[in-house]
Amino acid sequence: MPPDVRALAEPDVEAIAEQVFTALADPSRRAILAALASGGPATATDLAAGLPITRQAIAKHLALLAEAGLVWPEPGERRRVRYRLRSEPMRVAQQFLAALARDWDSPLDALKDHLDRSDRQPAATPLRETRGHDG
Amino acid sequence: MGFPDRIERTVELAQPPDKVWPALTTAEGLASWFGNEATIDLRPGGRAWMRWTDGPTVDMRVERVEEPAIFGFTWPIYGLPEDDPRRTYVEFTLEPAGAGTRLRVVETGFAQLPEDVFRKAYDGNTQGWASELAELVAYLDAA
Repeated sequence: MPPDVRALAEPDVEAIAEQVFTALADPSRRAILAALASGGPATATDLAAGLPITRQAIAKHLALLAEAGLVWPEPGERRRVRYRLRSEPMRVAQQFLAALARDWDSPLDALKDHLDRSDRQPAATPLRETRGHDG
Repeated sequence: MGFPDRIERTVELAQPPDKVWPALTTAEGLASWFGNEATIDLRPGGRAWMRWTDGPTVDMRVERVEEPAIFGFTWPIYGLPEDDPRRTYVEFTLEPAGAGTRLRVVETGFAQLPEDVFRKAYDGNTQGWASELAELVAYLDAA
């Protein structure tokens, strides 16, 4: 039996994907996410030290990223909020990209070519009688 | 709704289903148009793989075999880590059309929600990592 494949996505899935793409459309936010991915959880101040962006701008971007669920605020030292990367929404967006990237057109063209080529060559083994449908 | 769960293509082939079937379901057939190398154990639950030259090897699991009409398998979702359990389901349907075949391929499962499987795994991992790392820190601090 085929696996139980869920029907269409619930609306919030598309909303999640949209927020991810919006978040990733900005180079500063990409830099922040990249810094959290490579360096682990960090405060806005930590991030400002390593990036050519002001602390204020970083705080603004972090708020948007938290809204999108891409970072998770957690208590850090001295009452400062540390942000941790949250990859789950990325996975949702990744599935959107996967559907776009799955290219069936080229393989199907190749199948057509393959069958036409084998048609023109003498078959190595006798083929079974074909069905008697007329054009 | 712009989120695609399903990809569907239909192609008209000049050859009858009996000739198209082996191209889809034998190692030799798959390796000549789809992958560059292939193996297949053609029965529900059977393993199969395809390999592309200078490319990935993709593990497939045969799900439906109804010669010469329906062939279904699951395979990994492109772009996800190799050990990710989620897969899409691909089903080829061969229907006689005149002297040839109307071949339909439907791939479903792109929009499968992470909620049930993934949220648990994710939250588990998140907590797991937090406690593992806390233990590592404690261990290092003690040294």
